[in-house]
Amino acid sequence: MKKVIMGNHALSYGALLSRAQVIAAYPITPQTQVVELLSEMCADKTLDATFIKVESEHSAMAACIGASAAGARAFTATSAQGLALMHEMLHWASGGRHPVVMGNINRAMAPGWSIWTDQNDSLSQRDTGWMQYYCSSNQEVLDTVIQAFKVSEQLLIPGLVVLDAFALSHTYEVVDIPDQALVDKYLPPFRPEIRLTPADPHAFGGLTSPDHYFELRYKLEKDMEKAPALIEETGREFKKIFGRSLELLDPYLCDDADIIFVTSGTAGYTARVAVDELRKEGIKVGNLRVRVFRPFPFARIREIVAKAKKVAVLDRNISYGFHGIFYQEVKSALYGLQPSPPIFGFIAGLGGRDITVGSYREILGYAMAHAKPEEDIVWIGVKR
Amino acid sequence: MRDKNAKKVIFNSEREMPTMIISVGSMIYNKTGAWRNIRPVIELDKCLKCGICWKFCPEPSIVIQDEWPVIDYDYCKGCGICAEECPAKCIVMVEEKK
Repeated sequence: MKKVIMGNHALSYGALLSRAQVIAAYPITPQTQVVELLSEMCADKTLDATFIKVESEHSAMAACIGASAAGARAFTATSAQGLALMHEMLHWASGGRHPVVMGNINRAMAPGWSIWTDQNDSLSQRDTGWMQYYCSSNQEVLDTVIQAFKVSEQLLIPGLVVLDAFALSHTYEVVDIPDQALVDKYLPPFRPEIRLTPADPHAFGGLTSPDHYFELRYKLEKDMEKAPALIEETGREFKKIFGRSLELLDPYLCDDADIIFVTSGTAGYTARVAVDELRKEGIKVGNLRVRVFRPFPFARIREIVAKAKKVAVLDRNISYGFHGIFYQEVKSALYGLQPSPPIFGFIAGLGGRDITVGSYREILGYAMAHAKPEEDIVWIGVKR
Repeated sequence: MRDKNAKKVIFNSEREMPTMIISVGSMIYNKTGAWRNIRPVIELDKCLKCGICWKFCPEPSIVIQDEWPVIDYDYCKGCGICAEECPAKCIVMVEEKK
């Protein structure tokens, strides 16, 4: 059934169709309509789930972890400062191997207070051991929630589904809401081997001496390494049932491209439009939209961009004292490759400033005019 | 009382371990009461057997044995909450002496 819905509600429908059993949320800013709609669904029994109102995002994640430990499928959503407040619990979820799935609306970090998009909130959580998916349409948001539960529950690693503030969160798009029976076929119920139950009491995540801690982290990483193949496999299965792809990367006209843009989120969709326009003018460009940031698909990125003459990475984020975060990841993906195309790093759109086709023209102009990057950060659209 | 004879669980390789650490008995051999400065002592003749000390102990280091509260000094840190909450005032905090 097709519906016109906003990105926030695409997350809600994703949780509904995934039959989430526990939803815990703090209902005030920076929360969005994600849990508002879910609370209505719980109230009118559209969704058979327990809705837990809590006093902070830290508690929201704690409640989801407890629910997940008890064997329930748990979902929550947050944004920016709320995600930052969860930081401690994000480690607890991944370290404890609780496959919680969470939606995060990419908003710029305050101060200055902002409700507009950039990626520094979610990328600040890069090393917490969560998988991270960056979406570029409301359809992809809904589909990714379902896929994320499937992947997370097989690997026992939590997943973060990320969408841009306003550009997706409050933008209405046509979304195909899949049939519940088909989703049930794709996503089986969550049945963890070990769970918190009075029938078989255990202490979870207790004091872990140097005898064991190292191995736990080794196991987490080894399971994370299985994620790229599992995401591709579950993506193919998704396509068979629902007709839409969910892959690690979304390459567009990269095969014969001289210059490849590496992008993410909605800016990655704008890049597609830019590629179409530039191709009409005879410039061979392509766009590689990175859909999964953790685990980072190093091998696939290497394969795709190695053939290009130049690579232009767009970051809507910054690691202060270094440079754009996707830029550093792409550079490390190509490390040691001979010959390797020059890689340019561009920062644009911080705090929700628009990234337009014009921005990509500027990026292309710089990349064409320089044989190699002269600076680590090329600023696009900053008023200087 | 905790089972003092329980064995410490040691996994020899990551393959033997569950994905998350559960019930390895680490607190059985890692006794945490050693740094206590003051210890609660229960004057049983005044005790009402109400169980409030047992309920409030945050560790929990008070167990009920045959209706009477017993303090497990291997884990009690001497916080004094039991003494504060006891309605019969039958728990006194006594300085630890080497």
